[in-house]
Amino acid sequence: MKKVKADPKGVLTGAHYLDGDYAIAEGGLAAGCRFFGGYPITPSTETAEHFAGRIPKVGGIFIQMEDELASMASLIGAVWGGQKAMTVTSGPGFSLMMENIGLACMMEIPLVIANVQRGGPSTGLPTLTGQQDMMQAKWGSHGDYEIIALCPDSPQECFDLTIDAFNLSETYRVPVFVMTDECVGHMHEKVIIPPAEEIDVVERKWYTGPVGEYLPYKNDKDGIPFLARVGEGHRFHTTGLTHDERGYPVINAECQKVNVTHIIEKIRGNADKIIRIEENDTEGAEIVVISYGITSRVAVRAVQQAKKAGIKIGTLRLITAWPFPEKRIKQLAKKVKAFVFPEINYGQMVREVERASGNSCKVVSVPHCGGWVHDPQDILDAIKEAVK
Amino acid sequence: MKKTEIRFTGFGGQGIIRCALITGKALALFDNKHATMNQAIGPEARGSACASQLIVSDERVLYPYITSPDILVSMSQEAYDKYEPELGNKGILIIDTDLVKPKSVRGKVNMYSIPSTRFAEELGNRVFANLVMLGFFTAVTNTVSTEAMKKALPGLVPDRFLDRNIEAFDKGYKHGQKALLKTKKAAAKKPAAPKAKQKLKK
Repeated sequence: MKKVKADPKGVLTGAHYLDGDYAIAEGGLAAGCRFFGGYPITPSTETAEHFAGRIPKVGGIFIQMEDELASMASLIGAVWGGQKAMTVTSGPGFSLMMENIGLACMMEIPLVIANVQRGGPSTGLPTLTGQQDMMQAKWGSHGDYEIIALCPDSPQECFDLTIDAFNLSETYRVPVFVMTDECVGHMHEKVIIPPAEEIDVVERKWYTGPVGEYLPYKNDKDGIPFLARVGEGHRFHTTGLTHDERGYPVINAECQKVNVTHIIEKIRGNADKIIRIEENDTEGAEIVVISYGITSRVAVRAVQQAKKAGIKIGTLRLITAWPFPEKRIKQLAKKVKAFVFPEINYGQMVREVERASGNSCKVVSVPHCGGWVHDPQDILDAIKEAVK
Repeated sequence: MKKTEIRFTGFGGQGIIRCALITGKALALFDNKHATMNQAIGPEARGSACASQLIVSDERVLYPYITSPDILVSMSQEAYDKYEPELGNKGILIIDTDLVKPKSVRGKVNMYSIPSTRFAEELGNRVFANLVMLGFFTAVTNTVSTEAMKKALPGLVPDRFLDRNIEAFDKGYKHGQKALLKTKKAAAKKPAAPKAKQKLKK
């Protein structure tokens, strides 16, 4: 992994008043994204709109594709062509992207997809918030694979985590999702964009060996294969089929085992390096409230009130939802009385907590069907119930 | 922690969302506050009662939506009728005199009014009505500094009309100072009203 400083051309250094959608676009540009292929969908359209205005000025390309299937295909092509690429969408578009997300996982394509979540299923609530695509992010395409998903809780984090998403995608050659939601996407707050020399960007892992010897799926020492630059004369084959080091299809169980184990273990094996959580007052806590994205802010309101009521309570915020921090949950489960998990869905990530904590403690889901954030009182009621 | 919840309301197209954007930017970037702005993005933003909301605080804003506004700005009757009931009993109500016929003022609500659209027309174009209103708002509410508001304008109004927008802001601001003075004088004459119960906030 080679870190370089961000290209100043794409970095809009300064203090800005931006919404989360715009901040995602700025994060992408700062990380070196020079290709955006997408199809507009509420509530993510502002990101595409902002990209369309900004990216030509920094020497990149914006294409509005005919739909989300094509958007994902364009990203994969752009990455093989040597660019860093991203797209943005919301629920219905995310569903349409799933097939080519699987292709990107199988081809080991580094790219970034931001999902500004809205209430679903189907077209659901176009203009209102939700966190209902969390499991789809993990399991939405067919077959076994691993991805990385990050959950910003503010416009500032939309900027910061989009850069991190690009860096993780280049480090592990994997699609990375920025799983935000309508509330954060449309919320304006102060966003500080640092000078380019303070932004670390992971450079693509370029092949530098002799022409004629490039193997697109031969793992380097760190387990991640190289990508070749277009125009240097490297000829290779790539496919969504199970493949060998040359990228040629090999249709048997032995190769499948190597292939699938590789795309899974490059993430699971590095989970400790990838996972990021934020904990407050979890030491000695009876109750730990787990949350992510906008819900983590709303939950703090309830936690403050619970503290006033004398409850020993802490918080754990998932910055990475995937890979899931199961080791830490397992440790905490042995010490706490209960986990309380509010999320703007019918109870999705809470299942991971249940799985990781086994029968060590109570796990209380605080679901919300979408359309608005939780009433802090509902979270407080769940906390009071859990502590009994 | 001091927290102020502000709602700007009116018709889609009056610059209601721009009002919150300018004020939020001014507070967050130049007045050193935390300012979280949310807006209506549904069809209501395009013609019917439109609203934008701003939460201002010394600390990080956690709950992103307004629960009971401290300040309500109304630039249309429909928006006034829809949003006035949620204004806190000690709140500040600001209306466009020509566009809103208010009910009697309840509780300890302070009402200020300005013919912002008419003033903007006097300046040459009614599109400046929101800036007249913002000038007035700045003077009577004391939540944001004039300097910050003016610094926030570039980038949020067209460059070629920056001066005209500042002119509109100043016109509203001056009218606000006068209105404030009048209210203070009137308050000095009136005996203190009985204490109103404050609505609990989320």
